[in-house]
Amino acid sequence: MRSIRTAALLGAVALATTACSGGSDGDDGGSGDTAATGPITVWLSNNEQEVGWGQDVVDAWNADHPDEQVTAQEIPAGSSSEEAITAAITAGTAPCLVYNISSAAVPGWVRQGGLVDLATFDDGADYISARGGDGVSAYETDGGSYQLPWKSNPVMVMYNKALFAQAGLDPEDPGMATFDDFLAGAQQIVDSGAAPSAIWPSPTNDFYQPWFDFYPVYLAETDGTALVEDGKATFDDESGKAVADFWASIYADGLAPQEAATDDAMVSGQTAMQLAGPWAIASYKDSVDVGFMPVPTSDGREDVTTFADSKNVSMFTSCENQGTAWEFLKYSTSEENDGALLEASGQMPLRQDLAATYPDYFAAHPEYEVFADQAARTGDVPSIPNSIEAWQAFREAYTSAVIFRSTSVEDFLSSAAAKIDDLVQG
Amino acid sequence: MTTVTAGAAPGTGPGTGAAPAPAPRRRGRRRWWGGQPLGTLFAAPYLVFVLVVFAYPLGFSAYMAFHDYFFTAPGVEVPKPFVGFDNFATVLTDPQVLASFRNTAVFLVINVPLTVGLALVLASALNAGVRWAAAYRVAYYVPYLTASVSLVGVWMLLFSSNGLVNAVLGPLAPDPSWLANKALAMPTIALYVTWKQLGFYVLLYLAALQNVPRELYESAETDGAGGVQRFLNVTVPGVRAATTLVLVLAIITGTNLFTEPYLLTGGGGPDGASVTPVLLIYQRGIQQQNPDVAAAIGMVLVIVVGLLSLAAQRLNRER
Repeated sequence: MRSIRTAALLGAVALATTACSGGSDGDDGGSGDTAATGPITVWLSNNEQEVGWGQDVVDAWNADHPDEQVTAQEIPAGSSSEEAITAAITAGTAPCLVYNISSAAVPGWVRQGGLVDLATFDDGADYISARGGDGVSAYETDGGSYQLPWKSNPVMVMYNKALFAQAGLDPEDPGMATFDDFLAGAQQIVDSGAAPSAIWPSPTNDFYQPWFDFYPVYLAETDGTALVEDGKATFDDESGKAVADFWASIYADGLAPQEAATDDAMVSGQTAMQLAGPWAIASYKDSVDVGFMPVPTSDGREDVTTFADSKNVSMFTSCENQGTAWEFLKYSTSEENDGALLEASGQMPLRQDLAATYPDYFAAHPEYEVFADQAARTGDVPSIPNSIEAWQAFREAYTSAVIFRSTSVEDFLSSAAAKIDDLVQG
Repeated sequence: MTTVTAGAAPGTGPGTGAAPAPAPRRRGRRRWWGGQPLGTLFAAPYLVFVLVVFAYPLGFSAYMAFHDYFFTAPGVEVPKPFVGFDNFATVLTDPQVLASFRNTAVFLVINVPLTVGLALVLASALNAGVRWAAAYRVAYYVPYLTASVSLVGVWMLLFSSNGLVNAVLGPLAPDPSWLANKALAMPTIALYVTWKQLGFYVLLYLAALQNVPRELYESAETDGAGGVQRFLNVTVPGVRAATTLVLVLAIITGTNLFTEPYLLTGGGGPDGASVTPVLLIYQRGIQQQNPDVAAAIGMVLVIVVGLLSLAAQRLNRER
């Protein structure tokens, strides 16, 4: 009896503890024909302006293509778009197109066999390069074009003009282009009592957080060197150390909190600066008078590079009518519809010579001009094997050394570089 | 306590005489459907549920843990070779996985005794007929019913640097603050979970207390036992079975921590001080697409929880 009870207890514990769900190997193919046409479904991000833009584009397309109707939906709720898409690929329920692809997730989805190489369409490679220019090759994975570079949100330093004025900094020209000047200005903000913290990057452990603290500054300091190039981590050098030391000083001097904000720290006045893209102009329009300046570098150089924070478009192998999907992809990323996206959301289409393509828009919205200029000099996350694992490893080592000072910056750089090298080289 | 139930099979008891053995077909039917086929029929849907929702994933996890496995799109065939204990070796030599189990141990050491002690004391107080007992019962139970996501928001406000708790503590407030403090993050989570789950365990104990005979209390009182002695010598032994259940459930809940370190401390922070095995399963399996390694962590967790639950059951067994 006792052994039965024990077995029952162990069984119950095992069942209650196991939370993993099984994946499907499936055998129902679903690989589409690149010439097939018919109805398709596309997913959009849940950004209000993008949903509005997407619905307008879909309505216009549907009016002219009664046999190739497009249905637009928001990406299903999940803790992130990437998780919802990964689950959909595994289950074979992915839509034809998703307009919210992060480059970091693409290598994993290619490994899953979930994405269509857009270069397999007759005019695929030509269309992508004609629209995006030479820079699009950086978005290739294993030599294939599994994503169409769509739009970017170049990251700059956003600041609260009123708090800067209160701290005695010139809101129109804060003069914080070098690391030293930035630290001095940040100290002035805190010392003056204008805000309890000068800048508030999220200190959480999420793999993508480096894109909004270390990485933009690293791209600026190195004029666009990606975190990994030619299969090796690049940041274990003087530039990486300068950037890490810069952020470590911010935390050590109490200029940035070590805990996550419980509300929007810019709106509540708890901080005077954040790293943000052009989306912030519309978001803070009614609450904070914000200005933007490039991310700092050690020497305060001009024309700095920054993180693109791009979102792209991918086609999924579960799509049956890939011919229609490809035509709709081209239609939705045409010059006209890119202009409509810019108008609706302020996000920068990833196409050549942005400012010259939409002069009327930037004349009417001068506050976006600085981002149009910055959009010409951006870097993105590299397309590498085990991409998310590599960024997670980087984040954990960074958090330990820079935010909480448990290890030295030198140890962080060397250990993270070694681990990322292992991951990238498989 | 010993069971005195007779184990005689139907039809073979005294006075039935030498009944003929059931026909083979009937014997086979009985083997499958038991003595009460209708009862088996009613229980079958839940059995199917357990098999499909729990047993199959458990078996599949074990399969993944022993293979080089990753999720693929339907129709994509890739080799997923058997790798023996490689995934387990990866897991057991990963400092972060080991740290996650240490963090869980810290959590359990704080949470389990607090849960058992507070739940039993509060249930006894409610059972003794305090005024406004129904209101207290509701007050204890509301956090359990409320979504953790919303409660976490409240606790972040309470325990942030500029939160109410630090305002009350004044110069005694810890620096760094609770959720950004490596020594205090996991204890704070343990306190949060204790508070959130308490109402459920209080209800379990309240139900168990209904089965403790009043006569035992009266007899103990007649013998001169005070309130504390009655609690220790009547109440505690009287709810021993419920205590075992509370221990096992608290251990299982504690080792399955995810929402709290994910939201309250921003993904297991600060500096990994609140990383838990389930948070790592999520990161490795879902975010990083390494379900084989995630499954190995899950298997190790199953074994650890099983051993802890067994130990709890044995420690609490009546001698």
